[in-house]
Amino acid sequence: MSDSALVVEQNYEQLKNLALQKHGEIKEKPYVLVGTATCGRAAGALGVLDTFRNEIDNRQLDVNIIEVGCMGHCYAEPMVIIYKPGFPPLCYGSVDEGKAARLVTDFLIEDDPCFEFAMAALEPNDLFPTFGDYPRGVYEQKVILADCGLIDPENIDDYLACGGYGALAKALAMKPEEVIAEIKDAQLRGRGGAGFPTGIKWETCHDTPGPLKYVICNADEGDPGAFMDRALLESNPHQVLEGLVISACAVGASQGYLYVRAEYPLAITRLHTALEQARAKGLLGESILGSSFSFDIEIFKGSGAFVCGEETALIASIEGHAGIPTHRPPFPAVSGLRGKPTLIDNVKTLSYIPHIVQKGADWFKSIGTPNSPGTAVFALAGKVVGTGLVEVPMGTTLRTLIYDVGDGIKDGKTFKAVQIGGPSGGCLPESALDISIDFDSLREAGAMMGSGGIVVLNEDDCMVEVARFFLEFVQNESCGKCTFCRLGTKQMLDILTDITKGHGRPGDIELLLDLAEDIKTGSLCGLGKTAPNPVLTTINFFRHEYEAHINEGRCPALMCKDLITFHISAEKCSKLCDACVGSCPVEAVYTRPDMLKAIHLDKCVKCDNCLTTCRTLYDAVIKKSPPAAEEGVS
Amino acid sequence: MSRKVTITIDDRQLTVPEGEKLLWAALDNGLYIPHLCGFRESERPAAGCRLCFVEVEGHPNPVTACTEPAVEGMVVMTRSPRVDRLVRTAFELIISNHRLDCANCAKNGDCELQRIAKARKLKLKLTRLRQLVKETPVDDSPQSFSYDASRCVLCGRCVWVDHNKAKVGAIGFIRRGISRKVSTFGEVCLTDSRCTQCGECVKVCPVGALTFKEAADK
Repeated sequence: MSDSALVVEQNYEQLKNLALQKHGEIKEKPYVLVGTATCGRAAGALGVLDTFRNEIDNRQLDVNIIEVGCMGHCYAEPMVIIYKPGFPPLCYGSVDEGKAARLVTDFLIEDDPCFEFAMAALEPNDLFPTFGDYPRGVYEQKVILADCGLIDPENIDDYLACGGYGALAKALAMKPEEVIAEIKDAQLRGRGGAGFPTGIKWETCHDTPGPLKYVICNADEGDPGAFMDRALLESNPHQVLEGLVISACAVGASQGYLYVRAEYPLAITRLHTALEQARAKGLLGESILGSSFSFDIEIFKGSGAFVCGEETALIASIEGHAGIPTHRPPFPAVSGLRGKPTLIDNVKTLSYIPHIVQKGADWFKSIGTPNSPGTAVFALAGKVVGTGLVEVPMGTTLRTLIYDVGDGIKDGKTFKAVQIGGPSGGCLPESALDISIDFDSLREAGAMMGSGGIVVLNEDDCMVEVARFFLEFVQNESCGKCTFCRLGTKQMLDILTDITKGHGRPGDIELLLDLAEDIKTGSLCGLGKTAPNPVLTTINFFRHEYEAHINEGRCPALMCKDLITFHISAEKCSKLCDACVGSCPVEAVYTRPDMLKAIHLDKCVKCDNCLTTCRTLYDAVIKKSPPAAEEGVS
Repeated sequence: MSRKVTITIDDRQLTVPEGEKLLWAALDNGLYIPHLCGFRESERPAAGCRLCFVEVEGHPNPVTACTEPAVEGMVVMTRSPRVDRLVRTAFELIISNHRLDCANCAKNGDCELQRIAKARKLKLKLTRLRQLVKETPVDDSPQSFSYDASRCVLCGRCVWVDHNKAKVGAIGFIRRGISRKVSTFGEVCLTDSRCTQCGECVKVCPVGALTFKEAADK
């Protein structure tokens, strides 16, 4: 072992031992971990945190309260983990101020762990099941999410104590070529969506000569319904930083950027803290860990343009220009930021790097499928019970993901489609549920891995409206530079809007298909090239819904407001109830002479209030499509 | 740098400088390829108008000629069913957002859109697409020329000469998506901007968006 490698190892061991010592001290006492990532905060985690603080202060208990990130169980936020010596660490879901106070008095003061509020234990024990005992835990295999929600994102010692930055120490002792060979051998594919082999990109950047190179972490997550990158940055920022430093070390870059959208203020705050702590420990800056390698990272706040996730637009944005893509080649790995070789990787891709360097390519390839090794991280959203952030091995079927990991469809409704890959992806029907999740199978099915957003749709979702929604999104986010994306998506959006309003014309479907194909081939950047996917897949799998809209003026899902009318069924309505009358904001619901209720269609604004109100009472309000005439009115 | 390579475009053997973009190689040799945003002096092709598609042997899909460098032995075809289809759609999309009314346009007869339509036998009329043109006021504040945004095809030539040749910086692209347009800072009229009325931008406009007033009077 060379001297410099020895110095690196010694420095690292010293850091780690110090961290382990501090970590051990914390873990001797009871502690409360409160998940205060953005998702937890939205559900009220800060109130829960305050309650714990006040109660523990008031009772002068010797308990540590630590803010952590997201464990991925969005449906059960806010989540809290409590450890008390003598008990396994227990996780509690849907905690509110009341439950928090109870947990302090009953568990931390007395010895009742309040199993009635508990979700799972974190370690196997004789008292309570662990996450691994639920289907979600059985099918999940956490690699980059493993520490999320368990370690303190604002304390580098927590990360170091779990073996963090060990991969960096290892990589610093290796030749850059060896690191790249390991990544290439692992067949890691970019998790930003396109699935390009990461190792090849690294090699290209490494092989391009130049005194100055850059690495950029692309954290410009913008898909509707996707929050994987945010959760990773908020829950385990050092994992990303370590990956970025290793990538810089491998390609020979001296400056790095974290391109984070400004809409992620908490992620930015936690990253700033992480950067400061890493610098203080000598893990960033001049001669990292005593080696000859110097590198630092700057945070660049993006202004939230979807197209800036495209790498050439992202570079333009950092350079101070409008975020508009340019033609590739030259690829950024050859000529990127300020004309210098630039390596751009997604947050998730970089998060895998420390694990691959640490455990080796063979370990990584042992997970997932031969062509898409590793795991896939998804933000499961929509009409599914177990919403949240999940990590499953590649090759898991969509059915397993939705029905086992996600615990099926909400409210006993019927599954209709799954929208995968965001605005660049597609909608897959029931018949496609046995497709295995990997880059190639999904592309073949017309969808796309994308960055990992999954929206589950049920019988109440109109597929034309879903396609219109996504197209409106890309149309709003199009930079406007190239003809196909600027005008082509606008033409498609206008056609779809007309169809949902009942103004569809024969031939519209064919025109949509023609335009979609040309936009896919003709657009300048990835945004335009994939923009028609939601339309293409919905026409492919749900053509009958388009036809019903165009030919019959009927919306089969009873969703398109212009194609439905609200009525009250006289058979079901009760003379004794007028809940619907009160719920109507525009006085469209009235009481007939026979005391039953009815709706003035000309006044009705189709807000759904009466239907929602009546559903649990008499279920008498019904929607009709195509629009029907008011009963008793000719 | 000035090494020459031999390429074949539409069965014609041409000797062109190595790395020369196919668009210029073809145009210099009398082979027409439709284009609007292509601008020889510009260092990096904008590649925004998406009209100059050609087939290159060995490429799975048509490529834009303005971005594709000439390589020894390259075989190029300026026409194919796929190319024609893309060009037709791109052309129709562009005219769907371009106020046609050729009879009352100063550029009538000297318009790049008319030239493309003639070369590729395309109609200067919308058949399958919707009209997207919004009526916008014409800025005729400059003495010698006027700017009609509803005829602008966003090729960006005017912006390039304004920034790189005239070095004035009076105009630029503003907004994005369907709202993208060429405008002055703060969207004031040209005489209230830093425009020097040098007219360089008017000379490069391929359509009737920026036109000299005397031409309109003819």
